[in-house]
Amino acid sequence: MTLYDEGYARGAQQADGPLRPVGLDVAPGAATTHAVMSEQDLLTVRHAVRSATVEAGFALVDQTRIVTAASELARNAYVHGGGGSLTIEVLGHGARAGVRLIVRDNGPGIPDLEKALTDGWTTGAGLGHGLGGARRLMHEFDVDTVVGQGTTVTAIRWNNR
Amino acid sequence: MNAPRPSAVPILRLGDVLVTGLLNELDDTSALMFTDELTERIVADGARGVLIDVSRLDLIDSFVARTLTELATMARLLGARVIVAGMRPAVAITLVELGLQLRGVETALNAEQGMHALGWQQAPGSSRGDSYDALR
Repeated sequence: MTLYDEGYARGAQQADGPLRPVGLDVAPGAATTHAVMSEQDLLTVRHAVRSATVEAGFALVDQTRIVTAASELARNAYVHGGGGSLTIEVLGHGARAGVRLIVRDNGPGIPDLEKALTDGWTTGAGLGHGLGGARRLMHEFDVDTVVGQGTTVTAIRWNNR
Repeated sequence: MNAPRPSAVPILRLGDVLVTGLLNELDDTSALMFTDELTERIVADGARGVLIDVSRLDLIDSFVARTLTELATMARLLGARVIVAGMRPAVAITLVELGLQLRGVETALNAEQGMHALGWQQAPGSSRGDSYDALR
C-alpha cells in the first residue's frame, strides 16, 4: 500500500509546510492548495486539477483520469471528512512529469481501510467506488488515516509510463 | 409539498420526448433538483422518452453516474425510456476504470442516434451528423 517513505505521509499530516519527498524534484512554486469546504469548491478544484494536468503535458484521457480521481477524493473529504483541502503539485522527475494530489481532511478517519478500498462498499450516498476507483485511476496511491483524527490521501499519476 | 425549484438545466419537450443535457458546472444540489424536475416533467408532459445529452461533460464521477442511473430507473418506473447520448470517449474509458458501467442505462453515440432510438426520424435531405456536430 505505501508506495514511498511512510514518514512522508505522516509528516504531511502534521505540518502544512512545503513537502520535500525523497527522490522527487518538485518545481518550486508548483504546489497549490485549495479548500474543499463546499459544493462549489468541488467544481473549483476540478478546474485547478485540469490545469495542472495540462501543464504537466498529459493527454486527454489521462487528464480525465486524474480529474475524475481528484473529484472522487475531494468529494470523500467533503462528504465523509466534513471538509478539507486538496493540494496539487506538478512533479518533474528527469524526463517524466506527473501530478500529485494530496487530499486531507480532519474527519472521523476510516476504521477499515481495506474494506473502504473495496468496490461497492459505502457508508454514504455514493456507489462505493470512490476510493478504490480513484486508486485504479492513479499510479501511486497512499492512504494515511487515523480514526478520530482524519485522512490524508496522496496519489500520483506519471506521464510517459 | 412545494413545487421543485427549477434547476438551471433546460428541459425541452419535442412531442412525447423530453430533451435535456448536463453541463460540467452542475453542482450536487442542482443535480438533485434536476432529478426532481425531470421526473415531475415526465409525469406532467406524459413523456415516453427522455434524451439526456452528456457531450458537454468532460468527466463523469461516481456522483454523476449515480444521478444518471437513478434517473433512468425513476423514469422507467414512470413509464419513460431514458437514453444517455454523446458520452466522450475519454469519459467512457475513465468510467470503466473507475468500475462504473451505468448498468441499466441505455446509451447512444450521439443525440441524433438517441432521438432516432426514441422514435424520431431525421428530416429527409439533411446529411448525417450535421445536427450532432452543431452541438460540439
